[in-house]
Amino acid sequence: MSPATPGGSLLVLALILPVAAMLVAFVLGGRAAERLALAALGLGALLAMLVAAAVYRAGAPLAYAVGGWAPPLGLALRADGVTAAMLLTAALVLLAVALFGRTGHATPPGLAEARAPFAFWCFLLALSAALAAAFLGGDLFNLFVALEMLTFAALALACLEGKPSQFRSELRYLLFALIGSVLYLLGTVLLYGGYGTLDIALLAGRARADAPTLLAAALMTAGLAAKMALFPLHLWLPPAHAGAPPAASAVLSGLVVKASFVLLLRLWFWVMPPLAAAAAAPLLAALGAAAILAGSLVALRQARLKLLVAYSTVAQIGYLFLMFPLALAGDAEVAARAWLGGILQASSHAFAKAAMFLAAGLIAGALGHDRIAALGGAGRAVPVCVVAFGLAGLSLMGIPPSGGFTAKWLLLTSAVATGQWWWALVIVGGGVLTGGYVYRVLAGSLTAPPVTDAPIGDAPLPAAASRGPQLVALALALVSVGLGLLPLASFGLVQVGRLGAAP
Amino acid sequence: MSGAPIFGLTGAALVGLGLFGLLVQAAVLRKILAFNLLGAGVFLLFGVVAQRGGTAGGGADAVPQAMVITGLVVAFAATALAVVVALRMHQITGAATISESDGAEPGGSDAA
Repeated sequence: MSPATPGGSLLVLALILPVAAMLVAFVLGGRAAERLALAALGLGALLAMLVAAAVYRAGAPLAYAVGGWAPPLGLALRADGVTAAMLLTAALVLLAVALFGRTGHATPPGLAEARAPFAFWCFLLALSAALAAAFLGGDLFNLFVALEMLTFAALALACLEGKPSQFRSELRYLLFALIGSVLYLLGTVLLYGGYGTLDIALLAGRARADAPTLLAAALMTAGLAAKMALFPLHLWLPPAHAGAPPAASAVLSGLVVKASFVLLLRLWFWVMPPLAAAAAAPLLAALGAAAILAGSLVALRQARLKLLVAYSTVAQIGYLFLMFPLALAGDAEVAARAWLGGILQASSHAFAKAAMFLAAGLIAGALGHDRIAALGGAGRAVPVCVVAFGLAGLSLMGIPPSGGFTAKWLLLTSAVATGQWWWALVIVGGGVLTGGYVYRVLAGSLTAPPVTDAPIGDAPLPAAASRGPQLVALALALVSVGLGLLPLASFGLVQVGRLGAAP
Repeated sequence: MSGAPIFGLTGAALVGLGLFGLLVQAAVLRKILAFNLLGAGVFLLFGVVAQRGGTAGGGADAVPQAMVITGLVVAFAATALAVVVALRMHQITGAATISESDGAEPGGSDAA
């Protein structure tokens, strides 16, 4: 196990940049925080591309031992294909959200600096740092700290407006997240007691399928599932994500849940022995399938746009769990396809869901409400948003060509190839239901605005939103669709460092 | 050496009590206290692990202790954050619980 590889310093930079920017922004305050955050997130996107390029070129994971101390005593930062892909996704979505936030959270010249915009930029940087730590961490305890940082930053962003309705749902989110992380920590105690290390690379191959290890894996999985809102632990997510301001909802739904997902992959594909993982995988996938069906059905029945989008997150998270039995059961080629399908689903969902939440926020802002039954006129007021919502919806449904289609197609063909056709049924059924709720929104937005008897001056005419934020939402949706236009071979990146992949 | 089972059982009991409190108690403050109880149980188990690791090589294993200190800081920060949010909620809405039955409907902003 080489403690550090060339290019390892890139990983340190990817972690330090947002942390340093956050601290400096906190000291400088207000206007400077906005400029600093935009610069740091732009640089972060560049760094994430460099990391991805370095991993792809090396064909092997990058590693860095913090302070020159090699594991088990020291902490390692590692970047393999999954890390690089998720880091890049997170950096691009965060940059888009920052550009979106320039209108809502700006400090206009001539006005006094307020606390809310200042907090928004600081916590956006904190969230970026926590995500980098969660994707790069190579030590299970270090990852616990990263997940907690992520929860704190996400909660602060979600509560930013301080509306009475927010506190109850965000507090429930916090408690669920805290229970999740304590269960995860309990699991790490048991693993440390058994093996004397928490380094993922060292645990891989060492872990046995004995009772303490299985109990630890069960506790950690339950904790992470609570943080990811896997069915049936999903009840906290829709109100928490729907109640937050649009920019916060986008990162909460698109990125924050993915950090726990990557950690779950590390646990089951790296730490746990394959036989134990193969035994647990159908259970995870069954919960995922239940999440797809239940989440989509409930989304169909929502009366509010943002709640619909949030329930759609519950359903789309379910797809991520379908990759567990598929990537573990088949032969090497099918496993690679299922693996790519899962990661691509995580990435394309991040882009699509961020686009959807930003578009939903703008639609709600233009109409003054987000009741789906009264969306008429949205197509005229904010046409770009409606297009962005529709494109993101295509990706979530799995209509070709889109990133969501490629992801679901890969999972579907892997399910058929390994003889587990029942997962294929769930994938197709979930796509049809997704089509149903996306259609409800689009059909509603494209109808004419309701005719009111009130004099024209009194009628609440939809206000046109400014162009910039709408284009950001559209750009995110286009990326999500564009992922489906890339040839499959160009995704070789995500296979780098996968255990069991052909070296 | 003979202390380990006692500490282990105490830790397990604290974890159980904390989980029970988190699930059953309605008041937010009680939930936060239960979370701290749960955390204390986990940290005690870390201590047991440190002691057990130490008996093999003489002296206690320092790594779990370092983890406990980090964990305490994180738990403290989490508690502070939760208390602040709960306090704000109480100041603004007058509610001290997060049950669904009372108060405004969550989510779905009326005006952005």
